[in-house]
Amino acid sequence: MRRVSKLAATVAATAALALTASACGSDDSGSGSSGGTGEGAAIAFDVGGRDDASFNEAAARGADKALDELDVETYYQTARDDETDADREQRLQQMAEAGYNPVIGVGYLYGPAVERVAAEFPDTTFGVVDAIAEGDNVYSMIFAEHEASYLAGVAAALKTETDKVGFIGGVNTTLIQKFQAGFEQGVNDTNADIEVDVQYLYADDPKGFTDVAKAKEQANGMLGRDIDVIYTAAGLSGNGSIEEVASHEGAWAIGVDSDQYQQAGLAEYQDSILTSAVKGVDVAVFDLISSIENDDAMSGTGEYGLENDGVWLATSGGFIDDISDELEAAKQRIIDGEVTVSDTP
Amino acid sequence: MSHPENETPRSDGEKPAVGSGGTGGGGTATGTTEAPRPGAAPSGGGLTARLKDPRFQEKLLLGLTAPLLALATAFVLICLVMTATGQNPFQAFQSMFDYGTTERSQVWIVNKAIPYYLSAVAVAVGFRMNLFNIGVDGQYQVAAFFAAVVGGALTLSGVVQIPIILLTAMVVGALWAGIAGYLKAVRGVSEVITTIMLNSIGGALIGYFLHEGRLAERNQNIVHTPDIPESSFFFTIDTGNGAIYGTIVIAAAAGVAYWYLLGRTRFGFDLRAVGVSDSAAEASGVSVKRMVIVSMLVSGAIAGLVGMPTLLNDTGNFGNNFPSGIGFMGIAIALLGRNHPVGMALAALLWAFLERTGGHLNFVGYYQEIIGVMQGIIVLSVVISYELVRRWGLRRQQRIVGAELAARARKNDTVEGVA
Repeated sequence: MRRVSKLAATVAATAALALTASACGSDDSGSGSSGGTGEGAAIAFDVGGRDDASFNEAAARGADKALDELDVETYYQTARDDETDADREQRLQQMAEAGYNPVIGVGYLYGPAVERVAAEFPDTTFGVVDAIAEGDNVYSMIFAEHEASYLAGVAAALKTETDKVGFIGGVNTTLIQKFQAGFEQGVNDTNADIEVDVQYLYADDPKGFTDVAKAKEQANGMLGRDIDVIYTAAGLSGNGSIEEVASHEGAWAIGVDSDQYQQAGLAEYQDSILTSAVKGVDVAVFDLISSIENDDAMSGTGEYGLENDGVWLATSGGFIDDISDELEAAKQRIIDGEVTVSDTP
Repeated sequence: MSHPENETPRSDGEKPAVGSGGTGGGGTATGTTEAPRPGAAPSGGGLTARLKDPRFQEKLLLGLTAPLLALATAFVLICLVMTATGQNPFQAFQSMFDYGTTERSQVWIVNKAIPYYLSAVAVAVGFRMNLFNIGVDGQYQVAAFFAAVVGGALTLSGVVQIPIILLTAMVVGALWAGIAGYLKAVRGVSEVITTIMLNSIGGALIGYFLHEGRLAERNQNIVHTPDIPESSFFFTIDTGNGAIYGTIVIAAAAGVAYWYLLGRTRFGFDLRAVGVSDSAAEASGVSVKRMVIVSMLVSGAIAGLVGMPTLLNDTGNFGNNFPSGIGFMGIAIALLGRNHPVGMALAALLWAFLERTGGHLNFVGYYQEIIGVMQGIIVLSVVISYELVRRWGLRRQQRIVGAELAARARKNDTVEGVA
């Protein structure tokens, strides 16, 4: 009985305190947003957060560029672990209610949420990265990760000394399988004798994108098995793998999504980052924000591949300069359609 | 403590009558007077009479101390943390309250609390008999997955199909938990270990079947089971500001069933008796092994329902975006709600309220992580203050009972002396 009274008391007292607290508060009745960016752009990140030095950070860079060049303010919010569609929907709703335009969900998990919320706010433009969502006011940004990963595979095959390379995926989802498929194909097309060791951190848990320790452990195991080039597609977790690789003489890490050589958070390890399979999320996000600034909101689906420089292999550090001819040739073969990169392993 | 049917069994003190009744009690109980048992409910009498009863006063005192202590501690700590991080706690509370009480928020909070409550009830069934079912997380996901598969494969009318889906979920959840129960009863393996391991195995099992061409289909990057037909969705209650999930009736039914089963049946009594002392329960004729298995089955069956609000009121399928982690949330909520059916409901609502308003805090310039801090502080304050008050109460009772016994002993001596 007193357990009840206790909780009732908790709720009541919290409420009472809140009531007696200062009168100035927030006004949550969102202003109806029409053309222009209103409050600015809002970006809802997936787990890992803005500073993951990888996927999310790529989106953030696009928005930062919009701030620099177009003077558009940006609001960020990051997902917690174990979120549901309801949490994601509420986040997007609140952003739209607060008058932000565009509202961008970063990560495929935002697909269904964007679709539903976009229908509620027809005057706001929504963007979603890595998923295709329906709606006249939705711009879906999808990337040919497998193509960039193919080039990463070519680079790995040309750089390995032990003829063993590794792939670490964050979560075994169809999205990450695209990275794996491209990488494996790139390695095999270059040198069929090379073994590719494929490991996933989690079968079915988005934690795989934030579990830095587990990626580090996995990389350690691979290095112990004589693998000397490791490509990690795991968002924030990838930092752990890069850190581990950096502690081994002669081993290379291949980064993902952002040009990880350039990331401040990884500066310490940059000499071990061979290259990165970059996803132009920043380009896409910037495009969308500027289209709204120009009152010509983008919608439909934007496909970003090697062909339109939506994905590419980073050359920072100059570690792959010696094989740039081979890489350029491989890229050309994909663009010309000579090689079709499979998106499933 | 309160009535025996409401109280949480403890490892010491305040036992239901198993020990003293069943096994013969103290040899002095030949007279008409019964030894004053701590925690015994005063029988009969109006409210005023009860208020005069010293034992009732005692309960009231203890009952009020714990929540007040918990509340004060949590509040002070939260304010300290927020002040230390340069945020104004009062404005934050104001903002949370304003936003959390809008009609849209209320609907959201209620919907969010439904699975939390079910999860807490599932955990509480175990808690009441000292079984720590950490596997609710795996149980509800495995259950929801197979229920979604069954629901997606059938096209019957809703009246038939919804019960089939619910039943599948309960049976699968019960079986999954039953593995741990069986291992505990037969092999003596700690359920803490097995349920945690079963969570991983469940994740792998779902991961295996949740593949295109196995039991799932693919829609871009989201792989999910086939959609259940529209007719098999649960009803919703439209409020004009969003719809409340009809699955709330499942949660309510589970709460009532929990209260009735544990407080009003022989089974519930046995369960709580085992929770207090399994050797005493065994001695009074309760089969502890059987109780372990049965209560794990019951806990798992309720856990199986946790995924149903999402499945039958929201997504209509089980995909790689299906919520995870609600099982662990349930542990915190059961602790906070003190295993009480109403307490857990309030705790679930409080949790949902914090989650609803946490995102909003971020919009008005606070760190949204403060919500996680608040949740942690609240659970710790509640658990610690209840434990402190319980110990204090126990010492108090011992003193009082000791004094009474001493007085009676003196009286007995006098009587014997006369004879």
